[in-house]
This record gives sequence, structure tokens and C-alpha cells, in this order.
Amino acid sequence: MEPFVSFTSKAVPLLIDNIDTDAITPIGRVLQGREVMIRYAFEPLRFAPDGALRPDCPLNDPAYAGARILIGGDNFACGSSRETAVWAIQGMGYRAVIAPSFGGIFFTNCLKGGLLPVALSAADVAALAGHAVRGGEISVDLEGQRVSGGGVTAGFEISPLRKEALLGGLDDLGLILRRDAASAAFEARDRQARPWVYLPG
Amino acid sequence: MPQSLFDKLWATHLVESLGDGLDLIRIDRHLVHDLSGPSSLKVLSDRGLTVRSPELTFATPDHGVSTEPGRTGGGSPANDKALAVLRRYCDRFGIRLYDLGSEEQGIVHVVGPELGLTLPGLSVVCADSHTCTHGAFGALAWGIGNTEMTQVLASQALIVERPLSMRVSFDGALHRGVTAKDLILYLIGRHGAAGGSRHAVEFAGAAVRGLSMEGRMALCNLAIEFGASFGFVAPDEATYAYAKGRRFAPTGEMWDAALAHWRTLPSDPDASFDAEIAVDAAAVAPQVTWGVSPEDVIAVDQRVPSPADAANAKAAEARRHALDYMGLEAGAPIEGTPIQHVFIGSCANARFSDLAAAAELVKGRKVASGVRAWVVPGSQAVKRAGEAAGLDRIFAEAGFAWREPGCSMCLGMNGDSIPAGERSVSTSNRNFVGRQGPGARTHLASPITAAASAIAGRIVDVRDYGA
Repeated sequence: MEPFVSFTSKAVPLLIDNIDTDAITPIGRVLQGREVMIRYAFEPLRFAPDGALRPDCPLNDPAYAGARILIGGDNFACGSSRETAVWAIQGMGYRAVIAPSFGGIFFTNCLKGGLLPVALSAADVAALAGHAVRGGEISVDLEGQRVSGGGVTAGFEISPLRKEALLGGLDDLGLILRRDAASAAFEARDRQARPWVYLPG
Repeated sequence: MPQSLFDKLWATHLVESLGDGLDLIRIDRHLVHDLSGPSSLKVLSDRGLTVRSPELTFATPDHGVSTEPGRTGGGSPANDKALAVLRRYCDRFGIRLYDLGSEEQGIVHVVGPELGLTLPGLSVVCADSHTCTHGAFGALAWGIGNTEMTQVLASQALIVERPLSMRVSFDGALHRGVTAKDLILYLIGRHGAAGGSRHAVEFAGAAVRGLSMEGRMALCNLAIEFGASFGFVAPDEATYAYAKGRRFAPTGEMWDAALAHWRTLPSDPDASFDAEIAVDAAAVAPQVTWGVSPEDVIAVDQRVPSPADAANAKAAEARRHALDYMGLEAGAPIEGTPIQHVFIGSCANARFSDLAAAAELVKGRKVASGVRAWVVPGSQAVKRAGEAAGLDRIFAEAGFAWREPGCSMCLGMNGDSIPAGERSVSTSNRNFVGRQGPGARTHLASPITAAASAIAGRIVDVRDYGA
């Protein structure tokens, strides 16, 4: 996982509620490999049924070229647990997603994959989206836990552990394995308390 | 201090608190399938790691398998490739694989409970969002991502943010024609696809207590469609009766010890929750979705909502988009909408009682001409039980195809799909754009509503069909 570096960039507003991970990475495209999956990310929103790019989709708008921030609607990336949704959004060049709320599994997948999910109030999201539409840039400051642009500065919550992992590019696995003694002690106790849980090999 | 079922489940699996709501949680059962499994196993292998507890890890292929009678592999070359990878790593790491051709194969969320892998009080994960299904047993069960899957394989533990708690009480008695599927769709319609977001949801109340275990599984299956990664029902006598005698359930003195523990799990009478919702189950009619989110749902005797009545401009635009994709007119009755496909299957509704109820309804009737109707049993065990009860013959005589177990048309990745612009009534759990195939139009409903609609060739009120 790449360490997260705070940055400033344009942002694409995609203010639709309940965008699901099937829309972000349609399963047929997932099966065609990473490159095709990224090219067709958000396919139902970005492409017409005849395969033409929809000019009215903000993700296709050249005005937002180079944007590294995606602004989403409520319950962004709900549905399937497919982590391809995170990989495709990263593959498109985004490093942070700002939305009023997220699908729970996607939110976790983001944190574990180095894509910063920022949950803000609907009013702050709307204000930042308005700024983005006017071509403004937004700063994402993970160390300071705030997002700012167009006169709006909004703080966001993130646990110190998650912040440290993102800034250091650290995978949870190292963290879990370092706690192997605690896991082993738990298992020894638990085998006594709940022996029926443990199946023979 | 009084504790909820969730508090108890969490405490039982807490290895270590890491501060700020993040906890290291022990995993009791890890289920693996052919979509997420191969890549996560490969990452584990590439990093030079091994599976810590292969005896607690169980795999079965479901997402990409062909469901064609006589099938021998995946629904496409890509699916076959994934299957080969899954087999290779299961073999290398000593993971039990209930492969195609075995008597145990099936949809992972149907197979787990059948084999007694899913039991009250266990923590169960799978890299699949519908893992909440197993919560029906009073288990701590949730869907995880690919990265997390690798972590569970390596450590049998996961760092999890403790969710808030919610209780949804369904009180009152169900009317005829109303199933667990209708209850959960109704809840999602009322409170939205994010209604349970960031919460672990306990389903309670007389109507839930009255559901069979299979009904409870259907209910919990759609917790994720309510935005909740965790959904569960407290264990009771029905739970214990279901679990007893299953292959991996404890026996003898071990059973007694387990049972004593399980009886301590239900929420204490004065347990508190961060949120509470009450639903009058007697007010619920058979439900059917009209749009492209499970929250786009109405009673079958209602009319398709209009963008003009939406709460705000954004919601109105979402409705216009949904109506356009679905090819429906605002204000038109949903009942009577012509359909071309019926799919009875998926981890929501492909268990024996789902199929038996559908069979009872179609017995002596015929599928309308122009409708392709499929029954895809959730597992080999369901298929065998269905055939022993003669359900396959009832369906065949009515004109339904009776297929091999798998995820099939729930998601268009295995050769089973709905053509663009065509319309299905489906017992699955997602009506997302393109979910059943690019351009497919999906109406979610219960197995009996799906069965009756197959007979009529249009969406119908199952209460007019003797349900």
C-alpha cells in the first residue's frame, strides 16, 4: 500500500445517492481483467448503451481532468463487497472520496487499500461540490484531518490507528501478526470456554 | 449492565481493544467462494504466508459455476480459470473444498447453515456482502473485502470498527401471502438503503420469532441492502432444533455445553440500543421493487411513484433515471407489468421452504407463454430434498427449468443472465442497474410472488393466487 500524502486537486462531483459497487465495477468487466475494469468503471453512468461516452456524466467532463478527488452522494458504493470498486477508483487516479455516507464494506475496503474515504455533512459536501463545479481545487489534509476549498473547511473523524496506517502505507496484516501473542492467548482461553467452536483438522 | 445480543457476541470474540472503537476480533468460521477466493489466496501465497486455521476455513464454488443441468465447470472460460486457481490453493493450504460434483456444493450462504458450520454465537466471515445471512442463527456474521480476506486467512482475526447497535422490531402477525422477504423489503422501503448504515441490526419481535430458520435467513440476507453489514436474530428453540444433528454441530456433552452458552446470548430485557425502529408486520403486503435500488419498493397493489412527488430535486432525478432504466411509467400500477423471466434462486431465497412454497403455488398450473422461468436450488442438499419431495416434477410440469446449484442469475457472471431491456421477477436481493446482465430490468420479490408472476406472465398479487 502506498503511503498517503496530503494533496490539493480538482474534484469531480458525482452527486447521485446509492451508487452501488456493481455500477462502479460491473461484474462482466471485472472478469475481463484490471485494465478493462478500470476503463469501464462506472460504466452505466459513463457509457450509453451503444458504448458511446455520455457527455453529461461529470466523470467524462474534460473540465475535471486530473482530478484526484471524487465527491459522491449518500450511501456511496453500497452493495457488493467487491474490493474492485476501490481498485478501479484508484486506477482512475483518485486518492480520496468525499461523501455524506458510504457503504460500510466499501468504507473499510478504502481504509485497508489506501483510498481515503471522507464522510462530511451533506451541507459541507454540497458546498465543496459547488466549489468543484466552479473549477476550484480542494485540499485534503490527512494529518490535520480536514478538507478545505472555496472558503469551506471541514474536519473529519478518523481513528489514530487508521490515520497512521494510511500515512505510513501500512497494511493491517503486519499489525495483526504483531499481536499474534494476544491471539494465541485468546485462543488458549477460548478453547476452554467454547470447545465446540474448534474443529479437528 | 444489561447487554444486547450484539454486545455479547462482540465481547465473546474480542481479542484485544486497539482503541478508538477499533477491536481485534477472532474469527470462528471463514467461508470461501470462487469469486473473491482465488485472488486473496494468491496474495497470501505470494507474500509467503500460510493459512493459520485451515480446519476453520471452508470453500465451495458458487458465483461463477454453470447451473446448466449436466454442467462440469464454470459458466465461462474466465470462471473456469478462477475455479482452477481456487482448487490449487485449497489443495496447497489444506482448505476443505466442496467442489462441483460433491454432494455439499452450493451457494456458500446456503451451505454453511446446512452443514452446521453456522451456529449461534460464532463469528462468521466471507468475502461476500451477504454473509449477514448467517446472523439468522444469532451469529456475528459479516461480509469483508479481499484484503481483509487475506488477513483472516493469515491470522484468523480482523481489525474491525465496532458498529453502533440498532433493534428493528417486527410486531404483529403476517398476513397471508406475506413472507420474510416482504418484511425486509418493506423495512428498506420505509427507512432507505442506508437506514441501517453503520449499525449492527438485531431483528426482533413476534413476527420474527414466528419465522422459520429459512425465513430468518432471508430476512438477515437483505440486512446489507438496508445498509447494515451485520443483521441477526437471537437464537431460540427453532435455532437449536435446526442446528442439532448437522455435520459440524457439536454432539453429546459438547452439544449440552454449547446449548447452555447459546441460551445466554439473547439480549437482556432492558438492553439498550443506539437506535430502535418498530414495524407493524400486519401492515405489510406483498412487496415488489420498481426501481434500481432495493429501497425503490412498493406493495404490489400500489402505483409506481412519480418524480413529481419526490422529496427533493436530487430524489426526483434519481426516480426519473430509475423509471427510464426500468421502462416504467410514473403513476402506473406495478401489478400487470408484463415480464419475460422469472428467477427463483440466490442466497436470499433458494432454500427448501422457498422452493416448496413456490411449487405449491404452481402445482397444476402452467408458466405463461413467452416467460422463461427457472428454479435454481441453493445447494445440492436443497436439490436432493426438492427432488425427494417431488418439487422438480411439479416445476417441470408447470414449465420451469430445474437447474444445478449456484448464484446463477442473481449476478450476470456465469452465463445465466437477463437480456438487455427484458424484465424479470427475481427472488434475489439486488435490483441494481446491470446486476442481472447489462440493461436487465429486475423486480425483486418473494418466491411465491415470483411463482405466481411466472404463471400470469406479468407481475401479480400472490393473494389472488391462493397464497
